[in-house]
Amino acid sequence: MASVSLDHALVLAAILFAIGFAGLLTRRNLIVMLACIEIMLNAAGLAFVAAGARWGQADGQVMFLFVLAMAAAEVAVGLALAIRFRQSLKSLDIDDADEMKG
Amino acid sequence: MLGLLWLIPALPAAGFVLLMLLNRRLSRPAAAWIGAGSVGLSALVALIVCGSFIVSPPAGDSYHQVLWTWFDVAGFAPTIGFYLDAVSVLWVLVITFVGFLIHLYSTEHMEHDEGFTRFFMYLNLFVASMLVLVLADNMLLLYLGWEGVGLCSYLLISFWQKDPQNVYSGRKAFIVTRVGDTALIAGLFLLFTQLRTLQIQPMLAAAQHSFVPGSAVAVAAALLILGGAVGKSAQVPLQTWLPDAMAGPSPVSALIHAATMVTAGVYLIARTNVLFTLAPDARLVVAIVGTVTLLIAGFSALVQHDLKRALAYSTISQIGYMFLALGVSGWEAGVFHFMTHAFFKALLFLAAGVIIEALADEHDIFKMGGLVRELPAVFWTFTIGAAALAALPFVTDGFYSKDLIIATSLGSVDGSLWFYVGSLVGAFITALYSFRLVFLVFFGERHTEVTRRPRWRQLVPLYALATLSIVGGLVWMPGWVSGFHPLEDFLDTALPQLDLTSRYAAFADGTGGAFVTILIVAVGIGIAWLLWIPWRKSTHAFSESPAVRPLAAYWLGGWGFDWVYERVFVRPVKWFAHAARNDLVDYVVGGIAWLNVAAWRALSAGQTGRLRAYVAVAGFGIVLVLAVVVLR
Amino acid sequence: MILVLYILIPAVAAPVAWLLARRSPALARWTAVAGTAVPLVILVAQWIAKASALQAAFVAKGPGPSGLIAGSWIAHVQTTWIGSLGISFFLAADGLTMIMLLLTFALGLLAVLCSWRGITERVGAFHFMILWTVAGLAGVFLSLDLFLFYFFFEMMLIPMYFLIAVWGHEKRVYAAIKFFIFTQVSGLLMLVAIVALVVIHERATGVYTFDFTQLLGTRMASGTAFVLMLGFFAAFAVKLPVWPLHTWLPDAHTEAPTAGSVLLAGVLIKIGAYGMLRFMVPLFPDAVRDFRTVALILAVIGIIYGAIMAYGQKDMKRLVAYTSVSHMGFVLLGVFAWNSWALQGVILQLVCHALSTGALFIMVGGLQDRIHTRDMDKMGGLWQVAPRMGGTAMFFAMASLGLPGLGNFVAEFLILVGVWQVSHWAAVLGAVGLVFATVYALWMMQRAFQGEETHSWSFADLTRREVGMLGAMIVALVLLGFWPQPLITTAKQTVTGLQLMTGQSTLSWGPTAEAGGPAAGEAALPAADGAAGSTALADDGARQ
Repeated sequence: MASVSLDHALVLAAILFAIGFAGLLTRRNLIVMLACIEIMLNAAGLAFVAAGARWGQADGQVMFLFVLAMAAAEVAVGLALAIRFRQSLKSLDIDDADEMKG
Repeated sequence: MLGLLWLIPALPAAGFVLLMLLNRRLSRPAAAWIGAGSVGLSALVALIVCGSFIVSPPAGDSYHQVLWTWFDVAGFAPTIGFYLDAVSVLWVLVITFVGFLIHLYSTEHMEHDEGFTRFFMYLNLFVASMLVLVLADNMLLLYLGWEGVGLCSYLLISFWQKDPQNVYSGRKAFIVTRVGDTALIAGLFLLFTQLRTLQIQPMLAAAQHSFVPGSAVAVAAALLILGGAVGKSAQVPLQTWLPDAMAGPSPVSALIHAATMVTAGVYLIARTNVLFTLAPDARLVVAIVGTVTLLIAGFSALVQHDLKRALAYSTISQIGYMFLALGVSGWEAGVFHFMTHAFFKALLFLAAGVIIEALADEHDIFKMGGLVRELPAVFWTFTIGAAALAALPFVTDGFYSKDLIIATSLGSVDGSLWFYVGSLVGAFITALYSFRLVFLVFFGERHTEVTRRPRWRQLVPLYALATLSIVGGLVWMPGWVSGFHPLEDFLDTALPQLDLTSRYAAFADGTGGAFVTILIVAVGIGIAWLLWIPWRKSTHAFSESPAVRPLAAYWLGGWGFDWVYERVFVRPVKWFAHAARNDLVDYVVGGIAWLNVAAWRALSAGQTGRLRAYVAVAGFGIVLVLAVVVLR
Repeated sequence: MILVLYILIPAVAAPVAWLLARRSPALARWTAVAGTAVPLVILVAQWIAKASALQAAFVAKGPGPSGLIAGSWIAHVQTTWIGSLGISFFLAADGLTMIMLLLTFALGLLAVLCSWRGITERVGAFHFMILWTVAGLAGVFLSLDLFLFYFFFEMMLIPMYFLIAVWGHEKRVYAAIKFFIFTQVSGLLMLVAIVALVVIHERATGVYTFDFTQLLGTRMASGTAFVLMLGFFAAFAVKLPVWPLHTWLPDAHTEAPTAGSVLLAGVLIKIGAYGMLRFMVPLFPDAVRDFRTVALILAVIGIIYGAIMAYGQKDMKRLVAYTSVSHMGFVLLGVFAWNSWALQGVILQLVCHALSTGALFIMVGGLQDRIHTRDMDKMGGLWQVAPRMGGTAMFFAMASLGLPGLGNFVAEFLILVGVWQVSHWAAVLGAVGLVFATVYALWMMQRAFQGEETHSWSFADLTRREVGMLGAMIVALVLLGFWPQPLITTAKQTVTGLQLMTGQSTLSWGPTAEAGGPAAGEAALPAADGAAGSTALADDGARQ
C-alpha cells in the first residue's frame, strides 16, 4: 500500500487542530466545546501516529493510546462537570459562568 | 551703686510675672500698685544708678555688668549682660520716668476697663523689654529686647481684642516690623561672621580694625541694620503700621508709639554709629530716608481728621528728623531730639487721651472745638506740647533740638543744601499742623459736650511732661545763645562730636541759621492761626474743592503705601494660600493614587470571567512564544 | 544594660496595660504612666551620673573613624544576633541619644496624660499602642546596627497606624493608610540602600556586617555613594518631612487623636533629623555635599510653603501640622550646613519644636474635646470664655514664631548663623520664613481667640491637669530660651564627633571667613591622620 507522507498527515493534523481550536473559541455550548477538545486531542494523536510511521517506531502509536485513554478520562470528568454546570447555572452557555470577573 | 543696674529691667519684669500669676486674684488697686509701682521703683533705681554714673563717672565712661553667659557654642558666646554709658543713661532715664508717668496716668485712664490687670501686665513686660534693649551689651540680647517690645506692641495695640479691626492693626504692626527685623537679623549674621563676636563694644572695635571704610561689607552691614531700624521706627518704607497702631489705648500710644519703642531704631543706629561712620553710603541713605519720611509724614499729618492719627504721623515725621540727624553724623543731635520729643509727644498723646475720653470716645477733631474753658488744664498742656512740636523759639525744648538738627543738616561735614531745605519745609509743615490741631480742637464752636473730666492721676503726668517740655531743652543751649551745654558734654563721652565743618557751617550754626528757623516757625504758626481761626470756613471749602480733594485724600491715605503693599504683597499671598489650601503637592500624590486606580480598572476590564476569552489569549500567547522560538 | 531597659520597660508595660484594662481603664492609664515615667527617671539619673563623661573633652582613641567613635559612647550593649550576616544587637548612647530619649519618654508621658479623659473606648489597646510606639522609638534612637535600626524604624509604624486608624477623627483611615504607605515605601528604599552598602563593604573587606561603626568609611565610587545616600535620604526626607514629600503629615497629624499627634509631631518626625545626623551624613559625606544645594532649596521651599499653607487653613489642627513642616525646614537647613552652630541649633530645635508644637496639639485637642470642632470659622472670641487657654495659646504661638527669650529663637538663630556660613541666600530666605511664621501664628490667635464671639460657646477653662502639663512645657521653653547651655553641653561631644567623622571628606563647614582664619571659632578640619584629632578641637579655648 502507498504510504502517506508525513507532511500530508501533519497538515491534516494541523487543520484538524485548528478546526477544533476555532470551534473551542467560537462555540458557546459546553458539550460542543468538549467535542472540539476531542477533535484537538485526536489531531494531536494523528500527528503522533504519523510521526511514528515516519520513523518506523511504535512510540507514536503508544502515545496515541495514551491520548485516547486520557481523552476518555477527560470526557468522563468533563461531562460530569457539564451536568453540575447545567444544574447550577440552568444553561450550558459557557459565557454565563463569569462570576470570576473583575 | 552701679551694681544695682540689673534691677532696672528686673523690677518691671518681676511686675509682669506677678501680675501674670496672680491675675484673677488681684483687686484693681493691688494691680495698679504692682504695675505702676514696679516701674516707679525701677525709675528710682535708675535715678540712683544713673545719678551715680553722672556724678562720678566710672573708668572709661562706661559700666559693664554680666549676669550669666546665655549660651556658648563653638566660640559664639553672647552674655546676658548690661552696659551703661551716656547713651543708655539717657534712654533709661526717659523710659523709666516717662514710663512711670504714663503708668500713673493709666491707673485712672483705664480704671473702668475690664482688662485692667492684663493691661499693666503687658505694659510692665514692655518696659522690661525696652530696658533690656537699651542696656544690652550684645546684639543678640538687644534683639531679644527688640522683639520683646514688638510683641508687647502687638499685645497692646490689639488690647481691646473684641474688635477684629484692633487685632488686625496689632497684627499689621507686628508683621511689618518683623520685615525690618529680617534685615536686622541678616545684619547680625553678617556681623558675626565677619567680626566673630556680637558683644557690642568688642564688635565695634573689631569693625574699626578690620572693615575698610566704604567697603561693600561695611555698607551691607550698616544697611541691614538700617533695615531693622526703619521697621521699628516706622520710617519709609515701613511706616504704614504706625497710624493703624492708634487703635490701642492712648497710654500705649504715648509710651510705645511716641516715646520709646519707635525710638529703638534711633538707639540702634546711635549705638552702632561706628559701623555707619565706616560706611558713608549707608549714612547717606539714612539721611535720605529721614528727610523723605519727615516730609511725607508731615503732609499726611496736615490733613488728618483723627486726632491720634495726626499725632501718629507727626511722630513718624519727628523720628525722620532724628534719622536725618544721624545720617549726617549728627549723632548727638539725633539723641537730643529723641529726648525732647519723648517729653512733648508723650504729653500730646496723654492729653489727647484725656480729650477723647472727655468727649465720650470722639476722635474726630472736626467734632471737637470750644474746649478752652471746659478743659483748661488740658488746653494749656496740649498747647505747650504742640508748641514744642512746632519748635516755638526759646521757650520750648523742641526748638533747641530741632534747631540743632536743622543746623546740623547744613553745617555738618555730611550735610547738604537738600537736607537743609527739606528740614526747613518740614519745620514749616510741623508748625502748621500742630497748631491746626490746637485751633481745631480747642477753639471755635463746641460740637461735642464734655462728659468726663480728668483727675489728679491724669493731670499730674500732664503737668510734669509740660514742665519738661519747657525746660528740657535748656541742657543744651546753642552756641550763639550761651555756652551752657551739659548734655553735649555728657554725650561726648559716648558719641562722636558734631562735626560742623561744611561750607555753610558758620551760617548754619550761628545766628543766621537760627534766624531762618525762627522765621519759618513763626510764619508757620501765624499762617496756621489765619487758616483756622478767622478763615476757617474758606479753608474747609478749599480743602473740599475738586482740585484739592484728591491730593488731600492721597495724603490722608499715607501717600498710597498701604494701597501698594496690599496689592503687591498681601493679596498674592492670600490668594495663593487660599488656592493651594488643599496642598498642590497632594494633587501629585492624588494623581499617583488615581493612576493606580485607573490601572486597576484597565486590568480588571481584561478579567471578563469568560473562559473563551482566557483560552483565546492563552492560545495567542502560545503561538507567539512558539513563533519566537522557531524563528530565532 | 540600662539601655535595654529603655526599650524593655515600655514594651512590657504595653501588654500589661492592655490586660489590666479589663479590670478598669484607670489601671491601664496608670500603667502607661509608669511605662513612660520610669524610663524617664532612669534616664535622668543616668544623665546626671554621666554628666562629667559627657562634658569631658572629646578624646580620640585611635586613628580612623572607628577609633573616633569608640571613645564617645557613654554606654553601649552589643551582642551577636544573626552572625552569618553580621547583624548584631548593638545599642549605644551618647549625648544626642540621651536628648532624643528624653524627648521620647517625656512626650510619651504627656501623650498618656493628655488622653486621660479624651479616650474612653478600647482604653487598653490604646495604651498598648502608645507604649509600643514609645518602645519602638527608644529602639530607633539607641540602635547602631543598621538592621536593628531598620527593624525598630518599621516596628513603630504599626502601632502608630492603629492609633490613627482606630482612635482618630473623620478621615482617619485615609490618613493612616497615607502615612503608612509613605513611610513604608521610603523605608524600603532605605533598606535597599542598607543592603547595597553592606554588600559593597563585603566586597571590599570580605566581612558581612551591619554594624554602623564598621561601615563608616567604606570606599565606593562617588556615583554609587550618591545613589545610596539618596536611598537613606528618601526615608528621612519623608519622616522629617521635606517638601515635596510632606503631604502625609497634615493628614496624619490632623486625623490622629491628640496623643497620636503629640507623639507624631514631637518625636516621630525627629527621627528624620536623627537619621540624617547619625547615619546619612557620616556614611556619605561627599554625596551630601554634592546634594547640598538641592537640599537647601528644598528646605527653604518647605519653610515658606509650610508657613503659607498654615495661614490658609481653616482647620486649626491642620494649621499646626503645617507649622511643623515649616519648622522642620529649618532643621533640614541646619543638617546640610553641617557646622557646630547649625548642628547645635538643629538639636536644640528638635527639643524646642517638640515642646511648642506638642503643646499646641494638646491645646487644640483640649479645645476639640470641649467644642467638638476644629473649624476656626466656628470659633472667635474664645479668650473671653477661657482666658487661661487664650494666654497659654498666645505663649505657644509666640514660641512658634521664634520670639527671643524662648528656646525656639536660640535654635533658629544658631541654625541660620550656621547656614549663613554656607549660603547667604538660604539664611536670608530662612529668616524671611520667620515673617511668614508671624503671619500664621497671629492669624491663628485672631481666628480662634480674639475678635467677637460669633458662636456663643461656653466651656470650662484649662483644668489643673492641663495647666500642669502646659505649665511644665512653658517653664521648659523659657528655661531653654535663657539658659540652653545644659542641652548644648550634652550634645557637644556628639556634634564634635559627627564633624570629625566627616572631617576627612570634602564636606567642609563653608567658606573661610574673609576677616581672618577660623582660629577664633570653628574647629579646623583635622589632618589626614586621626591623631591630630584632639588638638583640632579648639572649642573650649576660643572665646570672645
